[in-house]
Amino acid sequence: MIELIHIKKGFGDKVVLHDVSAVMEAGKTNLIIGSSGSGKTVLMKCMVGLFEVDEGQIKYGDQNFTAMSDVERKPIRQEIGMLFQGSALFDSMTVEQNLMFPLDMFSNMRLREKKKRVNECLDRVNLKEAHKKFPSEISGGMKKRVGIARALVLNPKYLFCDEPNSGLDPQTSMVIDKLIHELTVEYEITTIINTHDMNSVMEIGDHIVYMYQGNKQWEGSSKDIVFSKDEKLNDFIFASEFLKDAKEMRQLEMSRGKQEGS
Amino acid sequence: MLFAHIGKYLLMLKDMFSRPENWKMYWKQFMQQCVDIGVGSLGIVLIISVFIGGVSTVQTAYQLVSPLIPKSTISQVVRDTMILEFCPTITCIVLAGVVGSKIASELGNMRVSEQIDALEIMGINTKGYLILPKIVASLLTIPILVVISGFVGIWCGELAGVFTGILSSQQFMQGLVSEFKPFNVAFALIKAYTFAFIISSVSSYFGYNVEGGALEIGQASTKAVVVSCVFILLADFGLAALLLK
Repeated sequence: MIELIHIKKGFGDKVVLHDVSAVMEAGKTNLIIGSSGSGKTVLMKCMVGLFEVDEGQIKYGDQNFTAMSDVERKPIRQEIGMLFQGSALFDSMTVEQNLMFPLDMFSNMRLREKKKRVNECLDRVNLKEAHKKFPSEISGGMKKRVGIARALVLNPKYLFCDEPNSGLDPQTSMVIDKLIHELTVEYEITTIINTHDMNSVMEIGDHIVYMYQGNKQWEGSSKDIVFSKDEKLNDFIFASEFLKDAKEMRQLEMSRGKQEGS
Repeated sequence: MLFAHIGKYLLMLKDMFSRPENWKMYWKQFMQQCVDIGVGSLGIVLIISVFIGGVSTVQTAYQLVSPLIPKSTISQVVRDTMILEFCPTITCIVLAGVVGSKIASELGNMRVSEQIDALEIMGINTKGYLILPKIVASLLTIPILVVISGFVGIWCGELAGVFTGILSSQQFMQGLVSEFKPFNVAFALIKAYTFAFIISSVSSYFGYNVEGGALEIGQASTKAVVVSCVFILLADFGLAALLLK
């Protein structure tokens, strides 16, 4: 479990996160949603330690991450895997070398064992054929899958995904979402995803945190989100014309249900 | 603003030093940088040295018009200018362009594409893993390049003198060994080490701290080269004033 307690973060005069408190539930797919500029990415970067918070605490289990030095954070960081928005693959290395890198750096495995682990991870994300290819030679969706495989190679306890669907077509987005969800369940990882894709919210979100202008506006499950009465959350969820119609239909059905009930 | 840059630069240098996560990986990275910086720049260093040596001989001969001055003086002048100034300074200014821009754009691209963040999240000291091997590799390879440049430059100076009929090979060798001060070589090496540090650390600083996109990477590269060149020239004057009294 990751606990965020009264997090504040600003850059110069601009305050990006105002007193955010939330819980990322263990072994579940936790989604941080919100429109662009709402502070999702900053919040995620604070959680993994890329940004230092101005106030508040971030706890991994009972360990206070914010109070730790860089050296003390190393063991926690080695339990974190992250998929970046642009995949962040090392472009001078092949796909296989990208996955091999964390193993070379942090494990005492023999070459044979490392290759076996790399094969397992690539196999798990259905990328067996891409071993010798460079990141520039593969598609956006494949890059994301390599990014996921690299994040998984050291058996992380926490998986962070920053907008895993950005730049992907709807079909590939669904494949990536499904893959992340399956891996979360299979390896019992605590997954945190930044997204503004409502498909992801409905398909894979176990626990959802909605950010609005640097504040946590709403927190709950994907079942609750559609029936939430929070106006700002509803504006975000039902932003498109198509979904607005769905919202009106839902309200209509709800009022009919009430009438029938009375 | 200037003090903020200086502070950030010094902090970067301080943060490079921490216990490596894996010595073998750091060694691998260091060897890779030696190849990139040293072997990768050898071609351009050879080309510059060949022409600087040749031109030095021809131009020195052109200026020494008095029949009272022996021809061997030409090689003496060529030797000292090559060792004292041309090989360390000109070579390093060119290397600031070649190596400096490469380091800045490589690190800048890694920063913008979040590769540095990916390394940080893995728990790697990115300054130690990415910058320190570049600086150490530069400190090892650039002085070697300067020495190679000296040998090649002086040898090509001799060839240019012989082929243009300015002086014979024997006269050139005679001047080359007369009144030779070994300290000049030591001075050239001191300069080479200083310039190597300036090129690699300044370029790393500008590359590592890029914010933005492709445009900013280009700007960082340009800044890295310009600032490195200015510091090389300042250090050149400082070292000459300090050590050549």
